[in-house]
Amino acid sequence: MPVLELREVTKVFPGVVANDRVSLTLEEREIVALLGENGAGKSTLMNVVYGLLSADHGEILVDGQPVKIRSSRHAIDLGIGMVHQHFMLVEPLTVTENIILGREPGRMGVIDMNAARKKVAEISERYGLRIDPDARISELEVGLQQRVEILKALYQGARVLILDEPTAVLTPQEVRELFAVVRSLVDEGLSVVFITHKLEEVMAVADRIVVMRDGAVVGEVRPSETDEIGLARLMVGRDVVLRIDKQPVKCGETVLDIRDLSVKSDRNLSAVNGVSFTVCGGEIVAIAGVSGNGQTELVEALVGLRRPESGSITLKGNDITRASARSSIEIGVSHIPEDRHRRGLVLTFNLAENLVLGDHRLKPYATRGIMHPREITSMAKKRIADYDIRTPSEKLIASSLSGGNQQKVVVAREIGRNPELLVAAQPTRGLDVGAIEFVHRQIIAERTSGKAVLLISLELEEVLSLADRILVMYEGRIVKEFSAEQADAETLGYFMTGGGGTKLDKGGADLTMTGSGVGA
Amino acid sequence: MSESREVVPTQRAWMSVVQKIGTPIISTVLAIAVGSFIIWISGYDPAEAFAALFKGAFGGPRQTGETILRSTPLILAGLAVGYGFRAGLFNIGAEGQLMMGGLLVAWLGVQMAGLSSVVTIPTLLVAAALAGAAWAFIPAILKARIGAHEVITTMMFSHIARYIVAWLTAGPIKAPGQIPQTVNLTESAQIPRIQSLFSEGALEALPFLNLGRAHLGILIAIAAAVGVWLVLRYTTLGYENRAVGLSPWAAETAGISVQWTTVKALCISGALAGLAGGIEVMGLQHRIFDQFSAGVGFTGIAVALLAKNHPIGIIAAALLFGALSAGSGTMQLEAGVSQKIILIIQALVIFFVAAEGIVNWFIRKRQKEAASSAE
Ligand SMILES: Nc1ncnc2c1ncn2[C@@H]1O[C@H](COP(=O)(O)OP(=O)(O)OP(=O)(O)O)[C@@H](O)[C@H]1O
Ligand SMILES: [Mg+2]
Repeated sequence: MPVLELREVTKVFPGVVANDRVSLTLEEREIVALLGENGAGKSTLMNVVYGLLSADHGEILVDGQPVKIRSSRHAIDLGIGMVHQHFMLVEPLTVTENIILGREPGRMGVIDMNAARKKVAEISERYGLRIDPDARISELEVGLQQRVEILKALYQGARVLILDEPTAVLTPQEVRELFAVVRSLVDEGLSVVFITHKLEEVMAVADRIVVMRDGAVVGEVRPSETDEIGLARLMVGRDVVLRIDKQPVKCGETVLDIRDLSVKSDRNLSAVNGVSFTVCGGEIVAIAGVSGNGQTELVEALVGLRRPESGSITLKGNDITRASARSSIEIGVSHIPEDRHRRGLVLTFNLAENLVLGDHRLKPYATRGIMHPREITSMAKKRIADYDIRTPSEKLIASSLSGGNQQKVVVAREIGRNPELLVAAQPTRGLDVGAIEFVHRQIIAERTSGKAVLLISLELEEVLSLADRILVMYEGRIVKEFSAEQADAETLGYFMTGGGGTKLDKGGADLTMTGSGVGA
Repeated sequence: MSESREVVPTQRAWMSVVQKIGTPIISTVLAIAVGSFIIWISGYDPAEAFAALFKGAFGGPRQTGETILRSTPLILAGLAVGYGFRAGLFNIGAEGQLMMGGLLVAWLGVQMAGLSSVVTIPTLLVAAALAGAAWAFIPAILKARIGAHEVITTMMFSHIARYIVAWLTAGPIKAPGQIPQTVNLTESAQIPRIQSLFSEGALEALPFLNLGRAHLGILIAIAAAVGVWLVLRYTTLGYENRAVGLSPWAAETAGISVQWTTVKALCISGALAGLAGGIEVMGLQHRIFDQFSAGVGFTGIAVALLAKNHPIGIIAAALLFGALSAGSGTMQLEAGVSQKIILIIQALVIFFVAAEGIVNWFIRKRQKEAASSAE
C-alpha cells in the first residue's frame, strides 16, 4: 500500500490549470523525483499535499485512507513534512528553538528546553544530520539551514518528506551531503518527493521519476530506463541542446576595467581584496567560486549598490567607481541579481510593472515623469512571448508565477534592456533545461553582438560552457585565471576551495559530481 | 501548452473589485454589528439609535451638508496618511502638519485682506500645502539621513505644532478679546459655502441645494484624491513611491533612491495634511485657535486604513466617518445614546480591517459553502 496517493488532483488558478487530474503514488521507502518545466505545476501539487492550497477536485490518500488536508498543521499530523525552496526559519532564534516552534514540549506554557534539546539531538543522531543545536540560524550556512528545516519536519513526525528544489541554493559539497541524508532517511523508513531541475541529480538519487508538463503527468520512468537526454526530451517535448556551440572570442575594446578594487561586507569585514580584471566587448568572463568568497560584494560595488573602499571601476572609459545604481543602469550596466525575491522583483507588482523596473523613467516608457502604460504593456507582452514566461496575463502579480518563471522575468528585463555590460549572477537558478538553453543562447547573443558579459555562477558546468575566460575567486581575491580551453571542473574546483591549502581529490570530486550535464 | 490554459476564463474585472472592497465593507458591517450590541447591552434600542444617526447624517440637505463638511478634511488627511503608507511610511503626525497648514493660512489670510479672492484663495491653498510639507520635511530628512523612525519624529513634531499654535494664538497673533484665537479671515480669503453659489430663488425651487455649512473645499478634496490616484498610477513619482513601499531592496537595485523617495513621500503627505488644515480654516473656522483640528489628522489614519490606502476608497471611507460624526449629535439627542459610541465604532472598524485575516477566513468560508452547494 502506498504511503501517499493522489488521484486526479486538479487545481485551477484564474486563467491557469496548474494541476490537471494528476495521479501519483509514493511507496514506503521510495524516492520519487518530480520533474517538469517551469510552471508545470510541481510546487502547486506539493502545496496541495502539504495543505497550503486546497485542490478543486481529486482525492488524496494517506496510508490508503482518503483524507481532506485542510492546513499544513493537518498535513504534519498526517506525517507529511515539506521543505520549501525559500526557507521559513526565524533567523534570530537557535536551531532547537526553530525546530520545536509550534510544537514546544512542556506544560502550561513553560517550554522544557532540556527535553527539547534532547529530542533534537536524538533525531539528528539517528538520521546522521549533525548540527549544533544552540547555533543561531543567522550564523548558519544555507546548507545547514536546510538541514534545520529537514530536522524540523522529522521532529514533527514526518514519514513523507517533500523537498522543493532543495539543491538550487546549495554548493556541490552540500548537495552531496544532502543526498547522503536523503538516503539515510529512506533507510529509516521515510518516503521522499524530490523536486529538481538538475537531471543528473534525478538520475543519481531517484527510484522513480515522474515528469509533469502543463499541469499533467506526461510520463513515468526509472533512472535505469533512461538517460539525461531522454529525460530532457520527455520534459520539454523536444531535443534540448545541452551545450551550446559558440564562435571563438573576438575581443573588442575594453568595456569593463576594474583596478585594485576593495570592498567591505555588511559586517564591515573586507570582502573583496584588491581585485583587478577587465572584460572586453564580445567576451564572457566568468567568476567561479564557492559562495561567500566576495562575489556578492564585488557585484554590488560594480552596479552601484555598495561603495568600494578603494580602487576604480571604469566602463568604456567612464569612471563609475562611485556611480549610483541609477546612473549605472543609465550608462548601460544590466544586473541579474542572485536573489530574485529580494532584489530582482517587487513581488506584489504585476509583471508589466516588474518588466519596466529600472527603465521606468526612460523613453518610451515615460516622458517627463508621465508613464505610458500602453508602451509598457506592449513591451511586457513582447518579453513574455520572447522569453516564454508562462502566465495568462501581464497584469498578474509576480508572486503568482512559478519560481522559474519569476527568474525569467528578471532575465528578460535585464537582457532585454540591451546593455553594454551584463552582470549576471546565477542567471539560470531555478530554470528548467529548456529555459537554461534559451538563456544561455541569449547570453551568447549578447557576446556575439559585441557586448561584455560578466557571469557569476556556482554552477561549474555553466561557467565552463559559457565563459571565454574564468577567474577563480577565493577569500576576496582572484586566485587564478583560466582561458576556456585550459579549464576543467577538477582544476577549477581545486582553486575554488583554496588551491594548495586543501586536498586536491576532495575539491575536485565534489565539484564534478554536481556539474550538471546540461549546465543546469 | 496553451490548450489547458484557454479553458478557464481569466478573472472578471468586477471580481477583483469585489475582492478589494470586500474587507472594508465587511469590517464596517461587523463594527456596526458589535456597536449595536454595545448599544443594546447599555439598555438602548440599536435600531432607534442608528435611525437617529442616519437622520442626523443624511436626513435632509442641511444634514447631508454637515456630513460633507466633516468629510472634507478627512479626505485630505486620509490621503496624506495613505500616500505615506504607499511608500511604506507611517506619517502618524498628520495632525501637526495639518495645524501648521491652518496656522499659516490663518495668519497669511489676514495679511492678504483687501486682495481679490482670485489671488488670495489659490495663494493660501499653496501656502497651506507648503507649510504642511515643511513640517514633514525635518522628520523626512531625519529618516533618510540617520534612519530616525518617522512614527516617533512626526509624532513629536505634532506636539510641537500644537504648542506653537497654542502659544501664537494666546499672544503674538491673538485677536483682541478674551479667547485665544486669531482675527477672522475676510470674505475674500474664505472658501464659499456651496449654497452661497445659488440665488434665493434657486434654493427655494431646489431645496436639496441648501447644504448648510458645507463648502467648496469638498471639490478641492475630491480633486486631490483623483490627483493622488493619477500620480500613483501614471507617474514615475508614484511608481517609485509604490516600489519603495513594497520592496526597498528591489527598488534600490533598480536605481530608485530609497532615501530621496522617502523624503518626497513624507513631504507630499505633509502637503496634503497641510491642505486639510488650510481648507478647514478657510472654509469653516475662518480663524485658528488651540484645539481647532480635533484629531482630524488621527482620524485620517483610520480613513486610510479602511480604504487600504486607495485614493478613491479614501473618499468613501472619509464620507463614512464624516457621516458618523455628523449624525452622532442627533443620535445622542433623540435616542439618548452617548456620542462616544461613534469613537467605539471607529475603533472597531480599524480593528476589523487590521484583523483582515479573520475577515478573509469568513469570506473563504462563504465561498467554500457557495462552491459546495453549487456542486
Ligand atoms: N497563487 C497563484 N495564483 C495564480 N497562479 C498561480 C499561483 N501559483 C501558481 N500559479 C500558476 O500555476 C502554474 C504552476 O506553478 P508552479 O509553481 O506549481 O510551477 P512549478 O512546476 O513549481 O514551476 P518551477 O519549476 O518554475 O518552480 C504556473 O502557471 C503559475 O503561474
Ligand atoms: Mg516551483
